[in-house]
Amino acid sequence: MYSFSKNLKIFSLSLMVVGAVALGIGFLSAPTTVEEAKAMVADAHGHGGHGGHGDHDTHDDDHNVAHKDEAHHSDHHDTHADDHHDNNDEAYAHSDRHDAHAGGHGESHDKHLLHQLQNRPWAATYVAALFFMMIALGVLAFYAIQRAAQAGWSILLFRVMEGITAYLLPGSIIVFVLLVLSGLHLNHLFVWMDAEVVAHDEIIQNKQSYLNVPFFLVRALFYIVGWNLYRFYSRRFSLAQDNDNGIGYHKKNFRLAAGFLVFYIVTESLMSWDWIMSVDPHWFSTLFGWYVFASMIVTAVTVIALVTIYLKSKGLLEEVNDSHIHDLGKFMFGFSVFWTYLWFSQFMLIWYSNIPEEVTYFITRIEDYNLLFFGMVVMNFVLPLLILMNSDYKRNNWFIVMAGIIIVLGHYLDFYNMIMPATVGDQWSFGLSELGSASLFAGLFLYVVFSALAKAPLKPKGDPLVKESKHFVY
Amino acid sequence: MSSKVIHAIYDDDDVLLHAVKEVKAANHHIEEVFTPFPVHGLDKAMGLAPTRIAIASFMFGCLGLSIAIWLTNYIMIEDWPQNIGGKPSFSYLENVPAFVPVLFEMTIFFAAHLMVITFYLRSQLWPFKKAENPMPSTTDDKFLMEVAVGDNEKKLFSLLKKTGAIELKVHEKKGE
Repeated sequence: MYSFSKNLKIFSLSLMVVGAVALGIGFLSAPTTVEEAKAMVADAHGHGGHGGHGDHDTHDDDHNVAHKDEAHHSDHHDTHADDHHDNNDEAYAHSDRHDAHAGGHGESHDKHLLHQLQNRPWAATYVAALFFMMIALGVLAFYAIQRAAQAGWSILLFRVMEGITAYLLPGSIIVFVLLVLSGLHLNHLFVWMDAEVVAHDEIIQNKQSYLNVPFFLVRALFYIVGWNLYRFYSRRFSLAQDNDNGIGYHKKNFRLAAGFLVFYIVTESLMSWDWIMSVDPHWFSTLFGWYVFASMIVTAVTVIALVTIYLKSKGLLEEVNDSHIHDLGKFMFGFSVFWTYLWFSQFMLIWYSNIPEEVTYFITRIEDYNLLFFGMVVMNFVLPLLILMNSDYKRNNWFIVMAGIIIVLGHYLDFYNMIMPATVGDQWSFGLSELGSASLFAGLFLYVVFSALAKAPLKPKGDPLVKESKHFVY
Repeated sequence: MSSKVIHAIYDDDDVLLHAVKEVKAANHHIEEVFTPFPVHGLDKAMGLAPTRIAIASFMFGCLGLSIAIWLTNYIMIEDWPQNIGGKPSFSYLENVPAFVPVLFEMTIFFAAHLMVITFYLRSQLWPFKKAENPMPSTTDDKFLMEVAVGDNEKKLFSLLKKTGAIELKVHEKKGE
């Protein structure tokens, strides 16, 4: 039985406190007026702090989606609707037009800048909240797959997975609260929630029957309740099976998992459109649900491996052998490649067809987020591929931990890249807000996960397949 | 030179795996095991050296990737540049996303085919080669362990009997 060690408790609490303070400063230092916003940017430029971003005065508005200026917006959308279907070079024409206009809308641009800077702490919080919630959700999906497949090898890891999914409840509640706050217009993360913008934007108007605040929140509630119900009952049956002589609870868990997986794959897709894709309401990608799933599941498996290795280093989980670690390593490797496959499929089709409202998504990322956007591919594909390719390295805790840290950081950047370009544009950096929110949620995650791990024996001794898992050798 | 071997026949892969471990533990030399399908863990139990086909496969993959890079560059950039969908092929780097599927497929193609060919060569298999297995039913439902007979034939016999062999045959192997 694991007991939540005092050091780890202090560590996670201090992460939370430091994170909360930093995030608080981030919120307080966000500008409230246009003048402040301009001063901040001028300052940053003076110090050369925005090295990688290029000059934002000239290429201000490639990401027309996040734009909140009305006059300017309607202007472009009228032309947009007329000619974009038959014009191959629209993307170029589009940016030309912006350059031509650049002088004329200086004032609206400043207002836009203010919104971006005000968004930054919110967006940073949202990225971190979403990222850690997704880890728990991914682990829940992985756990359900093991249950539904009646896998034999992974039984000894079930309690680790159940411990991690304990974060799903607080994590999803926090995300929901953030979505409600967006719905109350306390921030500008979702442009389509802004009635002013929608009034001048025909594309969003046509999506109104789906993208409207009440339906959006009802959907969010539906996903969250569904996931948490599965988590609650599967954990309960799993604990009940420990002191049960039959296999009744095991069978119940099997059926529950199969049902959940159907629910999950639908709601996961919808969730990814709602919570992530809709920050760019003009843009769409048909494989986005899978893409988010890939990111989620690879992080989840990695976190399972990291927690398992940590617990083993404390002398617990003594029956988990290096074959279990090897299998987790194979999943990390495989899902990393899977993620890359989806990342590239999404990128290549949009890059090749070069349709303006699709391609702006990648233009923003390549122009303003170049290092992050491609650095993330190195971290999520090239490094795991090379580190984990060798069979022996997958059995070596040191290599798994090293690759695991790279994968977790890389997929944090992935979520950063999904949210930030639409919400803060080129005003991104890693400052107090970003590091603070990451630290706050990491601390909360550790605290919740390890206190849940301490609540039940780490070996599910009543599971009918536990012996198979114990003897698992590859 | 000829050598004397015992053919011990089994009808279950688990029994065979245990038998291999016991025979190894008793310090007898297992020359070969014939099975109708790959038995998990048999290579480790027999003490065979780990395969190096993975390393070969990695190198074949790198070879395929390099050839594909050369091929796409020569065809699409050097020899006959075209303007496809508003993307003129004058720079390899700017067009590389379009070539990635080709690079990927060629990597897989080279790794897979050359790996199989390497395996055949290394195992000395070629078309029309006469089968080496001493008993055709090892391709159906029987497992055969070929153990070299040392100085004490009787003892080996009883050991093999004990491990659950359903049939034991002494066999004179013709020397090569």
